[in-house]
Amino acid sequence: MVAGAVTEAVLWAALGDVKDPEIPSVSIVEMGLVVRVVLDAGRTLIELTPTFVGCPALDIIRRQVADRVAEAGAEDVAVKFVFDPPWTSERITPAGREKLKRFGIAPPLPPVGGSLITLDEVPACPYCGSGDTHLENLFGPTACRTICYCDACRQPFEAMKTV
Amino acid sequence: MAMTPQERTVLVELLTQLADDELIIGHRDSEWLGLAPHLEEDIAFSSIAQDEVGHANAFFGLLEALGEGKADDLAFLRPAAERKNAVLLERPNGTGTYLVDPHFDWGYAVARRLAYDLFDAVRLDVLAGSSYVPLARLAVKIRREEKYHLLHHVLWLKRLALGTDESRARLADGIQKAWGDVGGLFAMGRVTPGDIFPATGADLLERWTAELKPLFESVQVAWPQAPVVQPVAGPDGRRGRHTPELDALLETMGEVYRMAPGAAW
Repeated sequence: MVAGAVTEAVLWAALGDVKDPEIPSVSIVEMGLVVRVVLDAGRTLIELTPTFVGCPALDIIRRQVADRVAEAGAEDVAVKFVFDPPWTSERITPAGREKLKRFGIAPPLPPVGGSLITLDEVPACPYCGSGDTHLENLFGPTACRTICYCDACRQPFEAMKTV
Repeated sequence: MAMTPQERTVLVELLTQLADDELIIGHRDSEWLGLAPHLEEDIAFSSIAQDEVGHANAFFGLLEALGEGKADDLAFLRPAAERKNAVLLERPNGTGTYLVDPHFDWGYAVARRLAYDLFDAVRLDVLAGSSYVPLARLAVKIRREEKYHLLHHVLWLKRLALGTDESRARLADGIQKAWGDVGGLFAMGRVTPGDIFPATGADLLERWTAELKPLFESVQVAWPQAPVVQPVAGPDGRRGRHTPELDALLETMGEVYRMAPGAAW
């Protein structure tokens, strides 16, 4: 690789190949995990903001990111998890939301205000689009998902939590 | 901005309380796997346990960054006398153990969880205003996750309170049993109010009561007596005075870690 050929744009594109280990159709860029890509004096810094603090996929993501950017020509790579800015479900891109839906996961609703104990609304069914849905369980197969049920097409489905 | 030695002492003490609270309740939550009332609840408690242990790991990470030791060692190797979790969080889920003859108490689990989640929410609001920026940022992040724990246990409060005579009775028993330890959440040990933690235990208790009392009233659950914050004698987790139940928990929790101290996790 010719020195200087690696640009931040090249690395952003490469990061688009790193998928969420638990939702393999959506990339970490579409999920809004990537905060900063910095190339400085031959060093590469990738900053990621985790969806959930205790997400067990973080180490896998870190490794995949390091491998993928190295493959794209980056050298002296550091992958850091940061909490500033905090990840929120608003960070998921429009393309990411569309892919979540196709995967059978309702994208997160916009956050609403309210007291500490106000329940979020239940999203529309990702399969049939009906709003005739109810919450089955606030907790699902991963920390960031809930389990819902569509009373129209009688299909259980998952939804991304609004955080 | 440099910290004074006194601020540093408060910060280390505070981070230890936070990390120990989350790790110990996370361990108790994990014991419900396979024993919760139904499959959805197994999933919920596993998910909650995973969140809490993750938060503990992040708080231990802040201690490690301050030079207080390795996060995993802090989590698994410290004896009970050095732990600063509230006693409420170390109590077993019931009689028996996870493997042998478990008779766990769901009414108690809901009462304890609700009391703790609301305390945690109130505490995180204060932490978001801490002068120690890494802690304030982490608190803002964690607050978004903890919201779901609180919502879940509010749902359970309503379910039990508005259910049958038996569910109401078991909830009342659970509240009674938890209440003796609830005050210990608000004991702050050596955490004195200041820029690092801009509130007193009494402030937290006032905000907690203002949220929980109307909630109890809304589902006709009798409001118990005011929690006793500073026990004159007896256990006070914030001062490292614990029950033998914590020794047993630590023995189980650290068993694998002690078996292979050099292993990479």
